[in-house]
Amino acid sequence: MPRPLEPVGQSTRITLGISFFVLFFAAWAFATLGGFVSRTFLADPITMLQDGWLLLTRFGFLSDIGITVWRVVGGFIMAAIIAVPLGILMGAYKSFEAFLEPFVSFARYLPASAFVPLLILWAGIGEMQKLLVIFIGSVFQIILMVAVAVGNTRRDLVEAAYTLGSSDQGVVKRVLIPANAPEIAEILRLVLGWAWTYVIVAELIGSSSGIGHMIIDSQALMATGQMIFGIIVIGVIGLISDFLFKAVNRKIFAWRLA
Amino acid sequence: MTGTILQIENVSRVFPGIRGGAPVRALEPTSLQVAQNDFITILGPSGCGKSTLLRIVAGLDRPSGGRVLLNGREIKGPGADRGMVFQSYTLFPWLTIAENIEYGLREKGMAKSQRRDIVASYTEKVGLRGFENHYPKQLSGGMQQRTAIARALANDPEILLLDEPFGALDNQTRGLMQELLLGIWERERKTVLFVTHDIEEAIFLASRVIVMSARPGRIKADIPVDLPHPRHYTMKTTPEFSSLKAELTEEIRHEAIEADVAH
Repeated sequence: MPRPLEPVGQSTRITLGISFFVLFFAAWAFATLGGFVSRTFLADPITMLQDGWLLLTRFGFLSDIGITVWRVVGGFIMAAIIAVPLGILMGAYKSFEAFLEPFVSFARYLPASAFVPLLILWAGIGEMQKLLVIFIGSVFQIILMVAVAVGNTRRDLVEAAYTLGSSDQGVVKRVLIPANAPEIAEILRLVLGWAWTYVIVAELIGSSSGIGHMIIDSQALMATGQMIFGIIVIGVIGLISDFLFKAVNRKIFAWRLA
Repeated sequence: MTGTILQIENVSRVFPGIRGGAPVRALEPTSLQVAQNDFITILGPSGCGKSTLLRIVAGLDRPSGGRVLLNGREIKGPGADRGMVFQSYTLFPWLTIAENIEYGLREKGMAKSQRRDIVASYTEKVGLRGFENHYPKQLSGGMQQRTAIARALANDPEILLLDEPFGALDNQTRGLMQELLLGIWERERKTVLFVTHDIEEAIFLASRVIVMSARPGRIKADIPVDLPHPRHYTMKTTPEFSSLKAELTEEIRHEAIEADVAH
């Protein structure tokens, strides 16, 4: 029996991680190919892969994927550019925090998906509307989380900087920001994951391209294989972006692991 | 005799009561004159306000009354003229050892070549040659505190403030650190204010020991230490050292009992 909190080796970890995927697909194949679930509602894994192949080779699904990735990244970068500096200012300056925090906390609970109809009115059904959904969904989350991280900077490091002659601005630039940079990167990784759920919602309504649009189209055709393939593609892209983010963070913030 | 560098004039500190409780008088009006090149240790039981006094000198805390003058100018806030070493490890974890030592010089806007020379000299003085490119996490507690001392000294402060800097270290390392610090002081003759609750440490390092009483904190005794320099760790077993230690132990014991009753 494993003991609580006892670490496992790298190879065991990978084997265990993969084995759940295998188990998952096996259970799915058993339920569908074994005839326990109607094909109308759930395609079997093989059909799903065939449909996926068709989508990629015949129906230009790659460009759908590309456009969805572009929307997520675009909206997310817009949000990050505005939210990270605001969050740092809020974390560093308490009066600024008192000014903005109540509103941002309120705005954070406004569901991005509820803005879709309104945004269509404002921005039409073009790209701007998709980007704005991602933006609204991400920006307030990033602001608040960054503000909390910066606000929790170790006080003794700040005091040490002051006794070494740092100005107030110097403390923000050379202590608060570098001390929290890894955590800010971690926050961005997390929120990027959430941004993926918003983009699909944006594409389900009033869109003529993207993974979400393909899923809605497939629903009309009862093509569950295609729908599931689309969902899995989102999961795989999420996994890849997460992995890349982690790898880059490890590289940039080597001091954290030193 | 050299002149006074630091004047503490009737400095007191009252912390507001928590949740409507009575305010805590951490420090009674306290006065102290520190002469140039003095090595003063402030000795007292925990909760006697010795750290509060040091933080006020550093400018990290405001006195409720009185004032502190450094070279005749009143202290309004923290500054590079008072270097500080904390009990907790306060090296910047994202900077290497060399970059940590360099931090204050960069803030001053010193040219790179000049910075490099100073960093090299202090890395040498605290015995950290070969560790310049390590991150703080890769170093032991003793090495981190040596870096912290080098970082404070590299800035060439008027006075060096140390708040139980060796408190978290094991006994052997602490002994080595005391000798290292004393060696630097003997060579460079900095003015030092050193807070500790360790009697041996207070005597071994000091040219003057200030004994503080328990709550409310105030200065109880001011005892010059005339042991010769350079001092070697074997001094801790000499009769002169022992008699000083006995004297201070008696002073502190009384305070510790009172502090314990008050709690």
